[in-house]
Amino acid sequence: MNQPVETSALSKRYGHILAVDDLNLTVHPGEVYGFLGPNGAGKTTTLRMLLGLVRPTSGRVSLFGTEPGPGYLDRVGALVEGPAFYPYLSGRDNLRVLAGHAEVGRKRVDAVLDAVDLTERSRDRYATYSLGMKQRLGLAAALLKDPDLLILDEPTNGLDPAGMADMRRVIRNLAADGHTVLLSSHLLGEVEQICDRVGVISQGRMIADTSVTELGSGGTLRIAADPVDDAQACVTALLGADRVRTVGHALDIDVDASHAARINAELVHAGVSVTELRWHEPDLEQTFLELTGGHAHVG
Amino acid sequence: MWASIRAELFKQAKRPASWLLLAVAGVLMLVFAYVVPYAGYAGGTSGPPNSDRGLAALLPDQVVGSAIGGMPVFAGALALVFGVLVAGSEYTWVTWKTVLAQGPSRATVYAAKTATVAAGVLVLVLTLLATATAASAVVASAEDQQMTWPSASELLLGAGGGWLVAMMWASLGVALAVLLRSVALPIGLGLVWLLAVQNLLAAIAAPLLDWVAEAQKGLPGPNAGSLVASLGASPETPGVGELVSSGQAALVLAGYLVAFTALGYVLFNRRDVL
Repeated sequence: MNQPVETSALSKRYGHILAVDDLNLTVHPGEVYGFLGPNGAGKTTTLRMLLGLVRPTSGRVSLFGTEPGPGYLDRVGALVEGPAFYPYLSGRDNLRVLAGHAEVGRKRVDAVLDAVDLTERSRDRYATYSLGMKQRLGLAAALLKDPDLLILDEPTNGLDPAGMADMRRVIRNLAADGHTVLLSSHLLGEVEQICDRVGVISQGRMIADTSVTELGSGGTLRIAADPVDDAQACVTALLGADRVRTVGHALDIDVDASHAARINAELVHAGVSVTELRWHEPDLEQTFLELTGGHAHVG
Repeated sequence: MWASIRAELFKQAKRPASWLLLAVAGVLMLVFAYVVPYAGYAGGTSGPPNSDRGLAALLPDQVVGSAIGGMPVFAGALALVFGVLVAGSEYTWVTWKTVLAQGPSRATVYAAKTATVAAGVLVLVLTLLATATAASAVVASAEDQQMTWPSASELLLGAGGGWLVAMMWASLGVALAVLLRSVALPIGLGLVWLLAVQNLLAAIAAPLLDWVAEAQKGLPGPNAGSLVASLGASPETPGVGELVSSGQAALVLAGYLVAFTALGYVLFNRRDVL
């Protein structure tokens, strides 16, 4: 079956810099795929190669089974690295120009302006728009062809919290309508909220390709008990030494949250006083930093 | 393809800078081809260049030469600026990605750009002809002279020749904009060539060195000057002079037009859009 997005051994070299290195990426129909990585990891370069804006040094890309050529982007809408429009034209006229290049009817212009709540300001010059409005116009342009696949490069960049929430709501609605979405971001929370699956890229290489649930799996059970040595011995006998760590006067146990009650009962049965039993949610950010080797530019 | 051309035409028609260039071209032509010469004639004094062309040069039968006489230099410079703006602004506004992400091929977009430049240059030539026609009619009425208009074929040839010269300069502007991926530098370098280097070659180098005198017969400026001279432009106009035959000039100019257009396309097609 032709996947909406498929790359194989995709690489891009700029001089001595390998921006994208042997990247294999597949996005399945109907899913929201988060392309996650720190700034400069190669996300935008990859998306530009997907759109035919940048030619790969090696490897291949295909969208819906089609390689770059005539009709390649017929079912694709994109917003690449921030919105860019003609400042002297109104938002509506900008979309009219793009509708011409996309060969879609002018009725779509009204429809997409409505979809991103820009109808009221659509006759104002683009130069007068706020960043949030510009970003929404960018999304409107991406929607002109009513595409099956949306490629959105950091769509919430530079937006205030309300604008970010709006943009995420729109993207979730699009996904609910059956659009496939490939979304790049350096914001973990954003990916966690919106995406079904996530690919983590660092220094041009794909280092994880998994579901958001799996990426965030591995929470810990924190137990404060007295005496702690007896507690450690009891839990070690129960689960094995490799799943128990001593943290000061407490224990961190790698175990599913559903085992908490049983462990508590065992400890009480062994005569240990349990003063705290708390589940620690998995730390996505920590996981991400570990995966990417601790790059600092991650929100 | 047609939808892309319509989109590009719409974009340029809505752009104030396009109309400013057109207005400047019209005013310059009016001032230097009619107002200054007429003032010189009326005052009976010799003044700046072209002020002593006499009344005959201002009458309706000289409309074609007056309208396109500026093409080798000032009107050509404005056409070059127009070409740079059409292509180069996409780099400064980072809008190539926005256009290409809608799916048109690079060949389609470049062809639409070229068609837009060609249409814009045609509007420029027709505006100059219309302005010159109006101005010469005013002069003829004021001086009680007979209104003898050029024939339709003379007008067509003049418009065609003027378009060829202006389009050649505009396509140089497009090629420079794509080559340098900007607006300011292509305009600067294009104007230095068009306004300074060409004149230095013609005025200083060519009289001293025979090979320069020969070589400049293959350069765009002298061929533009030759073509408009053969179509009636006064040789007293800067940049105008029959160095080569009109046929050769038209061929050389067409060659440059094709070469500049092809150069721009090859670069645009091969390079990554960043």
